[in-house]
Amino acid sequence: MSALPPYASTGQRAWFYSYRVICGLIFFFLIAPILVIIPLSFNAQDFFTFTPEMLRLDPEGYSLKHYQDFLTNSDWQLALSNSLKIAPIATLISVSLGTLAAIGLSQSHVPGRRAIMAIMISPMIVPLIISATGMYFFYSNPYIPTPFGKVYLPFTLTGTYAGVVLAHAALGIPFVIITVTATLVGFDKSLTRASAMMGANPVTTFFRVQMPLILPGVISGGLFAFITSFDEVVVVLFVGSAQQKTLPWQMFTGLREQISPTILAVATILVFISICLLTTLEILRRRSERLRGMSPG
Amino acid sequence: MKLTKTLLATSALTVAAGAAMAEGHMASDMTLVSWGGAYQSSQINAYSDPYLAMNDGVSIVWDESSAEAVAKLRAMAESGNITWDLVDVEAADAIRLCDEGLAMEIDHDEMLAAGDDGSSASDDFGDSIISDCFIPQIVFSTTVGYRTDMVGDTAPESICAIFDTDAYPGKRALNKRPLANMEWALLCDGVAKDEIYDVLATEEGQDQAFAKLDTIKDDVIWWTAAAETPQLLADGEIVMGSTYNGRLFAAIAEQDQPIGMLWDAQMLDFDGWVIPADLPEDRLARVMDFVSFATDTQRLADQAAYISYGPARASSAPLVGTHATLGIEMAPHMPTDPANSQNVFVTQYDFWADYRDDLDAKFQAWLAQ
Amino acid sequence: MTDQTSGADLLTTADGKSLKSSLNRALRRQKIRALMLIAPLLLFILISFIAPIFDMLLRSVENQIVPDTIPRTIEALEEWDADTGEAPSEEVFAAFYTDLAIAEEYKTHTRLGSRLNYEKTGISSMFRSTGRRVGRFDTDAYTDGFTDADAAFADPAQWAAWMADDAVRASLPLTTDAYDAWALLTVEENNDIPAEEDPADFVYTALYRDLMNGNTAAAMPAVDVSAWEPVVISEQFIDANDGWADPEVWATIKTYGGTYTSGYFLNSVDLQLTPDGVETRPEDERIYITLFIRTIVLSILITGSCILLGYPIAYLLANLPLRSANVLMILVLLPFWTSLLVRTSAWKVLLQNQGVINDILVWIGIVADDNRLELINNATGTIIAMTHILLPFMILPLYSVMKTINPSYVRAAKSMGATDWTAFWRVYFPNSIPGIGAGSILVFILAIGYYITPELVGGTKGVFISNRIAYHISSSLNWGLAAALGSILLVLVLALYWLYDRLVGIDNVKLGG
Repeated sequence: MSALPPYASTGQRAWFYSYRVICGLIFFFLIAPILVIIPLSFNAQDFFTFTPEMLRLDPEGYSLKHYQDFLTNSDWQLALSNSLKIAPIATLISVSLGTLAAIGLSQSHVPGRRAIMAIMISPMIVPLIISATGMYFFYSNPYIPTPFGKVYLPFTLTGTYAGVVLAHAALGIPFVIITVTATLVGFDKSLTRASAMMGANPVTTFFRVQMPLILPGVISGGLFAFITSFDEVVVVLFVGSAQQKTLPWQMFTGLREQISPTILAVATILVFISICLLTTLEILRRRSERLRGMSPG
Repeated sequence: MKLTKTLLATSALTVAAGAAMAEGHMASDMTLVSWGGAYQSSQINAYSDPYLAMNDGVSIVWDESSAEAVAKLRAMAESGNITWDLVDVEAADAIRLCDEGLAMEIDHDEMLAAGDDGSSASDDFGDSIISDCFIPQIVFSTTVGYRTDMVGDTAPESICAIFDTDAYPGKRALNKRPLANMEWALLCDGVAKDEIYDVLATEEGQDQAFAKLDTIKDDVIWWTAAAETPQLLADGEIVMGSTYNGRLFAAIAEQDQPIGMLWDAQMLDFDGWVIPADLPEDRLARVMDFVSFATDTQRLADQAAYISYGPARASSAPLVGTHATLGIEMAPHMPTDPANSQNVFVTQYDFWADYRDDLDAKFQAWLAQ
Repeated sequence: MTDQTSGADLLTTADGKSLKSSLNRALRRQKIRALMLIAPLLLFILISFIAPIFDMLLRSVENQIVPDTIPRTIEALEEWDADTGEAPSEEVFAAFYTDLAIAEEYKTHTRLGSRLNYEKTGISSMFRSTGRRVGRFDTDAYTDGFTDADAAFADPAQWAAWMADDAVRASLPLTTDAYDAWALLTVEENNDIPAEEDPADFVYTALYRDLMNGNTAAAMPAVDVSAWEPVVISEQFIDANDGWADPEVWATIKTYGGTYTSGYFLNSVDLQLTPDGVETRPEDERIYITLFIRTIVLSILITGSCILLGYPIAYLLANLPLRSANVLMILVLLPFWTSLLVRTSAWKVLLQNQGVINDILVWIGIVADDNRLELINNATGTIIAMTHILLPFMILPLYSVMKTINPSYVRAAKSMGATDWTAFWRVYFPNSIPGIGAGSILVFILAIGYYITPELVGGTKGVFISNRIAYHISSSLNWGLAAALGSILLVLVLALYWLYDRLVGIDNVKLGG
């Protein structure tokens, strides 16, 4: 596939190139919305429309005002700082609990493994609208179900940072579980045995032997969890209140109440951040392969 | 047994309430709920910025959740955790909230400032006090905007242009709920204006309205957010669409879009504040302080400098001046201006309060079919 | 068997214990350690996620609002038979009067009206309009009658004294019940002391009914009420809204009088509960089956287009050298990481009538300017936008399966004379089917629960059942129906998840290669 052999027939040649064209078109389909967002974010008007000035490439049609709006508007700044507060804490919770559980699950002889796995993956599977409304009602008035009835807790979680963090942490967990479990499948158990034999206690073994090897899986799961929280709108709309508004919340109300290209400016900035994150992931992956002694490809 | 307990509890409750009253200090944080967009900025400019300038140490957070106000207030009441202090809702929602005991009943004369011209608050607001819980702010109207370059030589002059797909081919945008659409449908199906609500109260009348709407069902894009119509008009996606007059004003005057206003049979409506029921005393004190400031004659007139909605107080009308940045006279853009209000349709709130559940259910089922 | 066991018992470890018990202990320790590692997360998920879901599902059968708001009416209605085709007796109306007068003060009657309106449209307006009238019923004639007959009946303190007297309470059941409810109301709603307030009309009406029933209390002044002009309460109601004469309304109230109801679930499949059993809803109210079918059909179409577009890309990525594949992989993942809302709005800009795609097609000349394609606000828009959003979920599992297909299989086929196509179709493709299965189920599961994207680009013909759930939660406030629809959707998703787990194994999902 990588290159056309010199002896290829005309038919093969035609197919080879048309296949590449098809793939190119599909890649274009994937990227098209992003390609549309970037120029529109420099629109001088307040609509999501390519104006005649823009199409003529007239500098009059372009402006940085939406970027300026993002950087000066207190609502957007609050949303940004909230997102930057909520996402890392939620990620930290999902990653720490998720990694421990994935290690536990990867051991042999875990009773009820399938059921436990199903419960842990469920936040990814259950439709968001169901999770959001369930959390909304439950977090408003949380209780502990006991055989004798509900014991209500003397606090509420809706409209608090704790509530949003808790909800986002739950949503991020499946990603951590899946990526870390995948890394552990390739993990050579004799390494921990060797470490134990040489006198290391389990904690030392974990941090000195296991952790460095599964780190790429943990980081990639963490990134997934981070993005989940950073891009999540349905649950935060229900569980949060204005004080906890995150970037997607602000975008959603922006789309509904006043269609402002500031949203596109924010999206453009986020796309560049995503590219940086993805590049980081790729570099980490290559490093991990080197560490594990696989061929760098 | 039950009764004795009840009577005992009475004195305890009365004492507790008295103590809270006596303390009387005001909370320093407020969460105000509004609609976002240009409307909310007009409130920030006219009400909250001046208020914050006068009151050090107070902070205000805005929540753009007015569209879900009824659902959220009900859930808050159910959980006993009210996080909002003041909620901007339209008249029909205010009636509903008041009916369900989710909003606080207020005494307008006692709690709100008297008019600049000396009239009492209830006289000054007049008919706009449509519910005991409602603190009016503005008069707005649901009206139609059209693309001036897509309607040919004859600009539409009657509301029935919406239903006339021969003269004005193309898509139209209408609100995804029965209010206004049902009235317009009947009006354009030959029902006299003063009989519309009587007809709409009957099953046959409702079927008649749906039959009229059926004629354009395939040509309609249904909007849920008022900002969609200006966007669709700017894109040339629709030939005409209904929305709130202030949105159209912003698109025409501030954004220079080729859009014209069709004021015929505009549906006049009110928008205002409600205070959630059962707020703690200190928060209630702060809200009352704010709301009496924010709805005085001058503040309501100030708001009109940012958006083309009419102030709900009669005494504010003479103070309406020019647009804050464009410098144009605002009065001719108000729904209440004589030139615009030749054929006005005043929404009947008591009808909608009673029939909203019924008609909503039917309308949504009709849409889904 | 016995021999084997005893044989194992004979083996001992260095510390003298039997090998079997020693192994068992080690195994148990291992299990406990594994569970200790899992426990914190399991607890976390159970509390923060599973409990809320169950709590919500419970709402789909809860119906406390009806018996809580009008308990006397529900009790009185037990005697009434809906099949008679007549409105209930005056007894029922009298009980309903007490209930409604109290509910009106608590402002719960409109909510009850909304609740019953889900079952029979029109009831909401009846509760609202009658609620406004119930305080002005002609029953004040009874109040006047009693207070005129003896001044003691106008004295709140005297009332409180009577009602604290067990003998009075025992002999006047209706009055006691009404007075207690009124006293509670006075304290809770108005923050007043009952012994200082005049009892409401409905208390006097209850006293009148008690006396008419032949119950008297020795402590009270004797009043002869038999000569009074009776106020017919059913007429009062029918005068306020003639809907109360309709037996169907009462049948609805009776049918939905229980603490729990199957009504919401029946509603979600276009059925309704009537006194005669389960029936289909009127034709113009049947929408949910259509919506469920549409949700499933559109999800299948979306899954199909994801396979169509995802397969060539996954194949390309799997057969390119790793370095270039990983760079192209960024193109796959980039939209994955871009805000869902923004991507959806971008599709609006692209797909609309005057949008980029139509403009290009007109410019090329494929479509006429006055006949532009309808790509948005319908099912097409939903399919295009959601295919785009879910495509990475198809490509990633496909890619990881294709990576494991040994290239020598295809080479072997070709060396034995197979054409490129045959080699692909007969050898490569069958090996990649597990990837298609994994990707399809994942995409399908995610698609049927989607909400934001169909809402923004789907118009009326491209929306899913989730949109309906959201509508019932935030607009119509029919939370019970939302919960019932959600439960059905959840069962559907869980069944698919189970299938996925059986076919693929949840451990084998891979994200990001």
